[in-house]
Amino acid sequence: MEWESVIGLEIHAQLATRSKIFSGSATAYGAEPNTQANLVDLGYPGVLPVLNGEAVRMAVKFGLAIRAQIAPRSVFARKNYFYPDLPKGYQISQYELPIVARGELTIVLDDGTRKRIGITRAHLEEDAGKSLHEGLPGATGIDLNRAGTPLIEIVSEPDLRSAKEAVAYMKKVHTLVRYLEICDGNMQEGSFRCDANVSVRPKGSDRFGTRAEIKNLNSFRFVEKAINYEIERQIELLESGGQVMQETRLYDPDRGETRSMRSKEEANDYRYFPDPDLLPLELDPEYIEAVRADLPELPDEKAARFMRDYGLSEYDAGVLTASRELASFYEEVVGRLGGEPKLAANWVMGDLAGFLNRDGLEIAASRVSAAQLAGLLARIRDNTISGKIAKEVFEAMWTDSSDADAVIEARGLRQITDIGAIERAIDEVMAKNPTQLAEYRAGKDKLFGFFVGQVMKATGGKANPAQLNELLKRKLAP
Amino acid sequence: MSLTRADIERIAHLARLNLTEAEIPVYVDSLSRIVDFVSELERADTGGITPMAHPLPGLRQRLRADVVDESNRRDLYQRNAPATQAGLYLVPKVIE
Amino acid sequence: MTLHTRTVAELGQGLRRREYSAVELAQACLGRLESAQVELNAMITITAEQALAEAAAADAALAAGRAGPLAGIPLVHKDIFCTEGVLTSCGSKMLANFVSPYDATVVARLKAAGTVMLGKANMDEFAMGSSNETSFFGPVRNPWDPRRVPGGSSGGSAAAVAARLVPAATATDTGGSIRQPAALCGVTGLKPTYGRVSRYGMIAFASSLDQGGVITQTAEDAALMLGAMAGFDPRDSTSVDMPVPDYCATLARPLEGLRIGIVREFFDEGLDPVCEQPIRAALAEYERQGALLREVSCPNLPLSVPTYYVVAPAECSSNLARFDGVRFGHRCERPRDLMDLYTRSRGEGFGAEVKRRIMTGTYVLSAGYYDAYYLKAQRVRQLISQDFARAFEQVDLLAGPTSPTPAFALGAKVSDPITMYLNDIYTIGANLAGLPGLSIPCGFVGGLPVGLQLIGPHFSEALLLNAAHRYQLETDWHRRVPSAWA
Repeated sequence: MEWESVIGLEIHAQLATRSKIFSGSATAYGAEPNTQANLVDLGYPGVLPVLNGEAVRMAVKFGLAIRAQIAPRSVFARKNYFYPDLPKGYQISQYELPIVARGELTIVLDDGTRKRIGITRAHLEEDAGKSLHEGLPGATGIDLNRAGTPLIEIVSEPDLRSAKEAVAYMKKVHTLVRYLEICDGNMQEGSFRCDANVSVRPKGSDRFGTRAEIKNLNSFRFVEKAINYEIERQIELLESGGQVMQETRLYDPDRGETRSMRSKEEANDYRYFPDPDLLPLELDPEYIEAVRADLPELPDEKAARFMRDYGLSEYDAGVLTASRELASFYEEVVGRLGGEPKLAANWVMGDLAGFLNRDGLEIAASRVSAAQLAGLLARIRDNTISGKIAKEVFEAMWTDSSDADAVIEARGLRQITDIGAIERAIDEVMAKNPTQLAEYRAGKDKLFGFFVGQVMKATGGKANPAQLNELLKRKLAP
Repeated sequence: MSLTRADIERIAHLARLNLTEAEIPVYVDSLSRIVDFVSELERADTGGITPMAHPLPGLRQRLRADVVDESNRRDLYQRNAPATQAGLYLVPKVIE
Repeated sequence: MTLHTRTVAELGQGLRRREYSAVELAQACLGRLESAQVELNAMITITAEQALAEAAAADAALAAGRAGPLAGIPLVHKDIFCTEGVLTSCGSKMLANFVSPYDATVVARLKAAGTVMLGKANMDEFAMGSSNETSFFGPVRNPWDPRRVPGGSSGGSAAAVAARLVPAATATDTGGSIRQPAALCGVTGLKPTYGRVSRYGMIAFASSLDQGGVITQTAEDAALMLGAMAGFDPRDSTSVDMPVPDYCATLARPLEGLRIGIVREFFDEGLDPVCEQPIRAALAEYERQGALLREVSCPNLPLSVPTYYVVAPAECSSNLARFDGVRFGHRCERPRDLMDLYTRSRGEGFGAEVKRRIMTGTYVLSAGYYDAYYLKAQRVRQLISQDFARAFEQVDLLAGPTSPTPAFALGAKVSDPITMYLNDIYTIGANLAGLPGLSIPCGFVGGLPVGLQLIGPHFSEALLLNAAHRYQLETDWHRRVPSAWA
């Protein structure tokens, strides 16, 4: 039987506020345990939550960016369960009335087709603390610094049909939240993570199979692997006459498999009810419009503009707009250069990306600035150096953060454009290689490349390639 | 409507309350009576009535400025803690 | 010089005239508090040393002419209010070792006004009870008859004021916990409008019903105290940002033309017939002063007790989940595993009534029952509120009994939760609708005090206090002191 997988993601993005969603504690990552947990975060007797306006504004930004409805009235609810990293014994979340409902994003599949992914809802909630199991024999340590960090939980429709689609969607959301500057997107630190709901059904069926929820996936690679593993597991189970259990599973990256979380399997009964400590969150149209007016250009809009204004391919535009920083780097290069958008695109996506990747740097930490790269490309354009020499220049610039002109001068890499000099070099090469010359003139055209190489060698690679071609053709002619 | 022993055990578990053998029948009895008593609400006609979660109508949630207003007071706050180590609250080993 | 029978207003005058010092006053009250412990058990903690230091500071402020409005006034706080550096037990074994690292807003405001805290008053465990018999620290006894209960949950606060151990005590009211013990002890108890007094630092029982207030001898004192306690608190999202009027300024206004509604449902078959007579007499006094009495009906009010016993336990089951033996509070010995830590710490730390309410609340919120119980109750709550709103279109205040019976014997109702719950039948409505209410002494039956309850529209505290004060100008029920404590 042919199977179809059905996947929905619940993405948790930590909002980049300075203070927590319901208290004035700092949200900075990596502090000493429990030094950023105040009475509210600790759930001390008598304390009360007060909502952080910035968290609200960020959630609204997200909602507007996915063309969703922003609820004029949303309600905070308590999700009740006991766990040591949940200090109050309930998580303040939104349940029946979330702040954002019914949005969408478009992903581009491998074959270039576009697919709309529905976003059921996005709601505000507080993060839990962390349990630490290492170095404490027989005990678990609880660090509540993370408790109360604002989260937006983004719940997709079960519109995704493969692990690849799920990753494409998750990356799209990742790009978007960073564009909006509402989340730092740091997956290692857990700022951006997801749960995947996975089920399979016979192809063509319109009913959903029983789903399993894979918890806490914190890298794109794990998302892909965990979902693929889970799809195969479910298909094997069904084909051997078994049944899929509705349960929570955990992905074990070391073993590359998902396994049942028995500890959380027992009947969940969260007893949601409206939090009486918080009033309904009401947002006026004026507030929402003010947030809308403040939205940056979004990735899809930017990519469309890059294609239109710079004549880039959809692929290139997609790559260059993957982050706001990369896109503005690119635009700065083009701006300073006063044109040459394709040349700039090739360099940003090629050599620059390669060096960043090699050194594990983000674009913001690039050792060659946009101005410096523009300076290099200007020298290609005005024929001072060839594209090939430019690679050497770029490497030198990367190493000591120098400008292109300084490298070209210091290393004497200026291109030879003096026709007489090139002609002299050609004459020498022809004299040294009479056999090859004869063969070429007898019709062995392939030897043209040999002569190019020899002249380049003789000029130290500095001969202008276009001029060389033209002169060589003329000289070699019988 | 009467609650059973199983109901009480399920509720006590959800609420994380250890009940002694002697307590269970007491709660079966008294919770049954309370549930019967509150079931009186059934006779109220509440068609079209909005549930009231807050006693004052028309109030909306106030928003706080995003300001960090407290620094580390861990030592003070952990004075009430039954077990800590290296700044962590300790609980018996949690196995996931 | 007898100081103990004086009111807050009188003591304030004496202090300002330097007839006695705040330290002398604190010492006098501390002596009475300590010696009354054996008989009344009104206190959980007495903070003598701290009190004398605060009193000395008040004396200095008085001498320097920079004293707050309540400088040197001794009081006790119900042990539900967090007090920095002082045991805050909430009447529970769960918090029998809990020293709060912070002051509740009410505590901080009263401190800023110059009051001197003498200690923490006994109460029903987590404010769940109507007789003060659920306290882990033992029951409080009624100063009018030590074999009887003082009411609850603010039983320690009411008994302390009734026995003239202190002139004022803070208290909280979730379903009648200020008004009912005030009635049973023959003192004045004010529960303000929901949101008038900050709940920050008041250990939550049922967040949408809880409201802090005060127990005093007189309405005038309640006005003085409320003026210092009330006001917007940015730390409580449900606190209302409205100016606090000068409650004392309007106390003496004549009642000519005041429309008082007699709530028909308050005079039901549950009302002890002997209590009805003093209530009717009090209403006649109002009529004598020019008020217009009119019968009104709140037809859904009889459903207030079942409504309350869904809403309050639901909220409490969640509010009390934080007591898990991890960060503070009682922790069982040698837990085997996490589940054992939770269930034994909570099983041991909470008393029977608290556990009963947690379980009731867990049940009504659980899957399959939420709509039938919780949502249904919140709908009936809306109906009850609408009944009140309609009544206030016709009248300015509502009046009736505070409690269906006078103080009952210790142990008389502990075995039957429903009978106990019905004690609050006349007080719960105001909590469900967030309305202010107060109870004032209006007579005695068999040597036990009876309370008259007045309920007003939202934020009508000034009018309530005015009506109570005018009554107290013409009567002396509030001046009666149990002979053992005179």
